[in-house]
Amino acid sequence: MLTAIDIAKQVKQKKITALEVLERCLKTIKEKDAEIGAFLEVFEKSAASQAKAVDEKVASGKTPGKLAGVPVAIKDNLLYYGHKMTCASRILENYISPYTADSVRRLINEDAVIIGRTNMDEFAMGSSTENSAFKKTKNPANAAHVPGGSSGGSAAAVAAGMVPLALGSDTGGSIRQPAGFCGVYGLKPTYGAVSRYGLTAFASSLDQIGPFATAIDDIELCFSVISGHDPKDSTSIRNPVYARNFDLKNLRIGLPKEYFIRGIDGEVHAKVMETAKNLEKSGAKLIDVSLPHTGYAVPAYYIVASSEASSNLARYDGIRYGLSLKNKNASLTDVYKKTRGAGFGSEVKRRIMLGTYSLSAGYYDAYYLKAQKIRNLIKGDFESAFKKADVILTPTSPAPAFKFGEKTSDPISMYLSDIFTIPCNLAGISGISMPCGRHSTGLPIAVQFLSKPLSEYAVFDMIRTYEKSL
Amino acid sequence: MEITEKDVEYIAELARLELTSEEKRIYQTQLKNILDWMEMLNQTDTSKVQPAFHAACPPEADGTKEDGNVLRDDRPVQSENREDILKNAPDREFDFIKVKKVIE
Repeated sequence: MLTAIDIAKQVKQKKITALEVLERCLKTIKEKDAEIGAFLEVFEKSAASQAKAVDEKVASGKTPGKLAGVPVAIKDNLLYYGHKMTCASRILENYISPYTADSVRRLINEDAVIIGRTNMDEFAMGSSTENSAFKKTKNPANAAHVPGGSSGGSAAAVAAGMVPLALGSDTGGSIRQPAGFCGVYGLKPTYGAVSRYGLTAFASSLDQIGPFATAIDDIELCFSVISGHDPKDSTSIRNPVYARNFDLKNLRIGLPKEYFIRGIDGEVHAKVMETAKNLEKSGAKLIDVSLPHTGYAVPAYYIVASSEASSNLARYDGIRYGLSLKNKNASLTDVYKKTRGAGFGSEVKRRIMLGTYSLSAGYYDAYYLKAQKIRNLIKGDFESAFKKADVILTPTSPAPAFKFGEKTSDPISMYLSDIFTIPCNLAGISGISMPCGRHSTGLPIAVQFLSKPLSEYAVFDMIRTYEKSL
Repeated sequence: MEITEKDVEYIAELARLELTSEEKRIYQTQLKNILDWMEMLNQTDTSKVQPAFHAACPPEADGTKEDGNVLRDDRPVQSENREDILKNAPDREFDFIKVKKVIE
């Protein structure tokens, strides 16, 4: 598989056509996806007409966009006009997007080809893609293991070489954790850097859209396209001023002691430390930092995320769109209850119940308000740590990809697999997962770089310099 | 934290979810376990801490150096995808989404 940068360059130089690129990807999808299960739908027809339009643009002598002819897969919680979008849920099984998400529109404006929609945990709630109402997605490195989640389909599609780029969404690690499990790069941008317009809301104060790719340059290219102010998202940053040029020489890299805990896989620990030592050899300074409230992040997150979800998912009522169950004598309330009871899967219902409980009269202060106060302490932890360190280095996950069914019966053990990715969303900072080697089982291992809001490009530069030094 | 079957039914009613008796039984145990686990948050004294309801960029990172609500002008605009929105409605009559009787 060519990188996105190479595809765009070669299409522009007429060395290859967008249609040829698309056909290659479709062929790989046909060969591999019956086994992997990354896609819920491949948009063969619309992708072909997009590719033809790009080729015509190039043939007529016009300069094509930055993503000329690059096939991109999108997570099935992003709207793309006229196409189905299900959030991998029965309740939206036949929903047709009435408009296009801002991030997808920006891709199309730069002549990307939207190739299909990828599998995910229902409504992005999960860490293994096992909560999809439609199918399983397998880890391309080992089919007995999960690809991670919730954006498991996008991660697997890129890792298996079916597409060079894919979009996902990250509420508590849903881009970084599957990227790490599948061995590709995954970026959760600063909160507000990418518009959430057209992303199906899960937890609005935590959700961000970001890219998956096999190379850091492709992550940068995609991020430069999808980020930017959008008046349709009131949390979109109006005039982002990005930090630039982290010089690896003398760069202060913080290792938070709370992230190198007992219970972390020995080989994962060793690989992360190896990466740290290599960074040190390239001139970086390793320093100890402390994020003292890390241990509270996961329970605080599940209160905040579930509370916001219980409110956001109230819109699935069987009236305006989606599944609608009713019999003749049913009351309006019966329609709501029956539709929601039958349309949502068990994890979604569990979180709606939990969120409703923590927002209900008498419990608000003890749960929701308490969690938001903890959130402020976690934000404060990062603010103090970033006075000492430019970048924080951590494992992306405590262990490599787990097996199917391993954590499905115990929600808390599933929640804890996101322990290192969750604090980043609570604080709204930038986080990227980078592959850093293989486990003796053959499964990928990854590190995560956490950094201040709007420092994405500086981190891309740092990773590039680091990779050249290897 | 004690969670009774009645509590589960009350929350399900607030959330407008019809649950089977099997689901009620499972959620009763799981909610209890999850809420017990969340009790650990009480190990931290937050009496002097303000809540952080959002993770928006601090104003100094935003070039406009503005903070607070982002509001648009209260001006009506034409929606271009009216028909596409109506097409997704389970029950439609003319240009309206049909709803069950709400007033007795």
